Amino acid sequence: MEFLAFLVRRVLWSLLVLVGLSIVIFAIARIVPGDPARMALGPTATAEQVADLRADLGLDRPIVEQYGRFIAGLARGDLGRSLLNERPVASDIRDTFAATFELVLFTIMLAFAFGVPLGVAAARWKDRWPDNLVRVFAIFCAVTPGFFLALLLQILAGYVLHILPTTGRLPPSMDFAADITGLVTIDGLLRGRLDVVLEGLRYLLLPSIALAAATMGQIARITRSSMIDVASQDYIEASRAFGVPERVRVFKYMLRPSFVPPLTIMGLEFASLIGNAFVVELVFAWPGMAAYGIRTILQKDLNAIMGVVMVSGVFFVLVNLLIDVLVGFVDPRVRIRGRRA
Amino acid sequence: MSQALLSVDNLSVDFSTYGQTHHVLKNVSLDVPARSQIALVGESGSGKTVTMKAIMGLLRQPPATIAGGRIFYDGRDLLTLPDKERLKLRGTAMSMVFQDPMSSLNPVFTIADQMTTILKYADRRLDRQRNGRDRLARVHEVLTQVRMRDPERVARSYPIMLSGGMRQRVLIAMALLSEPKLLIADEPGTALDVTTQAQILKLLKDLVEARGLALLMITHNLGVVRETSSYVYVMNKGQVVEHRPTAELFAAPREDYTKALIAAVPRLTGGTRFGTAEVAP
Amino acid sequence: MTEIPADNSPRRLSNAYQNWYRFSRNPTAVIGAAIVVIVILAAILAPWITPYPEHVGAVVNFRARHLPPSAEYWFGTDNVGRDIFTRTIFGLRISLLLALVVLGTAVPVGTVLGLLAGYFGGWVEIVIMRITDIALAIPPLVMALAVAAVLSPDLINSMLAIAALWWTWHTRLIYSITRQIRTQEFIEAAETLGASKFHILIREILPNCVSALAVKTSLDCGFVILVGASLSFLGLGIQPPTPDLGTMVASGSAFLPDSWWESVLPGCAILVVALGFNLLGDGLRDLFDVQEVR
Repeated sequence: MEFLAFLVRRVLWSLLVLVGLSIVIFAIARIVPGDPARMALGPTATAEQVADLRADLGLDRPIVEQYGRFIAGLARGDLGRSLLNERPVASDIRDTFAATFELVLFTIMLAFAFGVPLGVAAARWKDRWPDNLVRVFAIFCAVTPGFFLALLLQILAGYVLHILPTTGRLPPSMDFAADITGLVTIDGLLRGRLDVVLEGLRYLLLPSIALAAATMGQIARITRSSMIDVASQDYIEASRAFGVPERVRVFKYMLRPSFVPPLTIMGLEFASLIGNAFVVELVFAWPGMAAYGIRTILQKDLNAIMGVVMVSGVFFVLVNLLIDVLVGFVDPRVRIRGRRA
Repeated sequence: MSQALLSVDNLSVDFSTYGQTHHVLKNVSLDVPARSQIALVGESGSGKTVTMKAIMGLLRQPPATIAGGRIFYDGRDLLTLPDKERLKLRGTAMSMVFQDPMSSLNPVFTIADQMTTILKYADRRLDRQRNGRDRLARVHEVLTQVRMRDPERVARSYPIMLSGGMRQRVLIAMALLSEPKLLIADEPGTALDVTTQAQILKLLKDLVEARGLALLMITHNLGVVRETSSYVYVMNKGQVVEHRPTAELFAAPREDYTKALIAAVPRLTGGTRFGTAEVAP
Repeated sequence: MTEIPADNSPRRLSNAYQNWYRFSRNPTAVIGAAIVVIVILAAILAPWITPYPEHVGAVVNFRARHLPPSAEYWFGTDNVGRDIFTRTIFGLRISLLLALVVLGTAVPVGTVLGLLAGYFGGWVEIVIMRITDIALAIPPLVMALAVAAVLSPDLINSMLAIAALWWTWHTRLIYSITRQIRTQEFIEAAETLGASKFHILIREILPNCVSALAVKTSLDCGFVILVGASLSFLGLGIQPPTPDLGTMVASGSAFLPDSWWESVLPGCAILVVALGFNLLGDGLRDLFDVQEVR
């Protein structure tokens, strides 16, 4: 019951964060630049054209009313129209978001699948060679710029070894539309197209490695330190004294309480992961929201930019809510007390 | 000497930290006969915890090294015993009651989960056949023995849902799971309030006497010694400085160190004595 | 209980000898400190230690285009024949400047807000911590992109955008430390003795945050430099011809894989700088025994 109250409270806070976020974004887009219409039309447009567009976009209204319209649109899932091609921003983002979501999902799975075992191994053999190896590896992962790793992987796998595709989501020759969930691999499974699933995974591999490296490094580091912290707890010494084998101690008694910090870190790091997705998608020509965002930013398409930042923020907030639920499952203290330990 | 259930003979332990070696135990000898209640007393850093860990085989080596001596259990030298044989004793024939009820239970698993896991691996080491349901039944049985009113509910609980006194009793129950002959208690109840600690000590004493166990009580509190043991070893700076029957020690302590320890015991004047404290679940 | 920890993990020791022993036995701290010192010196002394300082500008030397690394050009040359080694060393200046400006604003702001939120609690805490929650939800890189799009794509705006979000990490750190020690007895003692709130914040609480702050700031130098490099890789950094590591990687990547040195070597330079600050931060963490902070 307390957990439910905790979650309700978290949802309310999240809504508040989203409102705050919308204010920040609105301020950046509407107040900072002066005149978005002039920006979108460029210096060659006539004053009349600019005035028309201003009226069209409601820019001639008081700023509070403009914000009211913005937030009302948000609530309906309406992010306005692109200033350049009049297409609804929301539908453009929806089309590209699935690709980003698939990439990010796969990235998180990779980061945990490798980060946690590496952290466990490092903690288990603390100050011995596996630990040193993992620590060096984790640091290198954390400090290699995402775009640089992306380039290196492209050179290595694409040009030198010729084993993996370096751009796109699927081979151009493959006729497949991901029209159920928008995720190539999932839709491939649902349609029973194993060839699509395999190709999809092959195309996912390099971008997600480039994107996962930094997060994986952080997860390995945090897992290591929280495992070491838990290892010195009395309850681990107690289970040792009662003759519980080391395997069970490490993978059950130590891993589960150690799992909360990496989860929390994942939530906090999620923003920088999305940020990195912008460069990685660009390098691998991944047709995602980040690539769309870069394009709109370079074209100074304000409504689209606001949409992309807003959706990134909503994505962050939702992921963190999910993580709160997961933390509650992992740690009964959170479930029972209704707050983070 | 050799008929004692547990016999520590001239045990020396060194610790090396930051390139320096410390002689933490120097020629410690002590005997715990079967069905006896022995206390090992000393202040923080006197070496009593290291002695306990050496007996249980919990010393981490390194940084610790056994520099000399032997530890006999039931006539067998634990220090030369193969690991596998030694593991058969740990947590089963000789078991431990942990000190701090707040930190000695894993916060993210239920009591039943933790206790059945201990039992499962004890069974495996001793080649006992028992299924999950029987193990859970045994857990409920032991929880009843430590006077839990509702053992099923306690078993289903996470540690955070139990009071300090209840958790301490869970720790005692854990130690009793495999019917040990020797119980080593590391300052049980120190973390609790005085009344609850008195109840815990009374419970422990009753259990030990009723089941004919040997008890090695490790403590810094001579008040606890007087209530729970018949023979005392006093440790200081890694050595046993004095050992005598409890009554004698209190009547006429020989060592200055012991006198100082006795002088430091807070007097409980009028009212509660450990022996008469009401044990409420 | 005995005073010897069961796992023998190093704990806080006041003894200077033991601190030195641990520092010298800690290769990460020593290597990290060495890299950081060398990088800073190289950036400052760039005009005197680089072989072709004039290549910083819009120099064109078509006879020396795309030359691979050699004794003459250590890192090879780029598409207009400029020495990449020279430009890489000068590029360090922008990276370090970015870290200096961003952290120079983010650390003081974050520290003050964290102290206030942690010590006073109540609505001060609610307001400050909710604002950090909002700021945390925006990826710094995306924010910098958006600001660059709205204003003009240059380094100053990017720095401001990153700094506008980065303080949240320091606020969270200082807030959690302050919360922990606010209730400790030495604070209560000082309050009972009538010490002013200002005195308690500055003289009692702040000194307890310094080691964690040093670790965090060192690690963050590396991460800020990475974000900055990503921005310039996307074309939103300093405008050419001023050398900038991220920009060099981006323009060099057009000539992959044949002229690999044009993007790979400046990329390695970014990596080494970030690595140095991270190793230093990690080493400091071990030395001060600070908990994992990021």
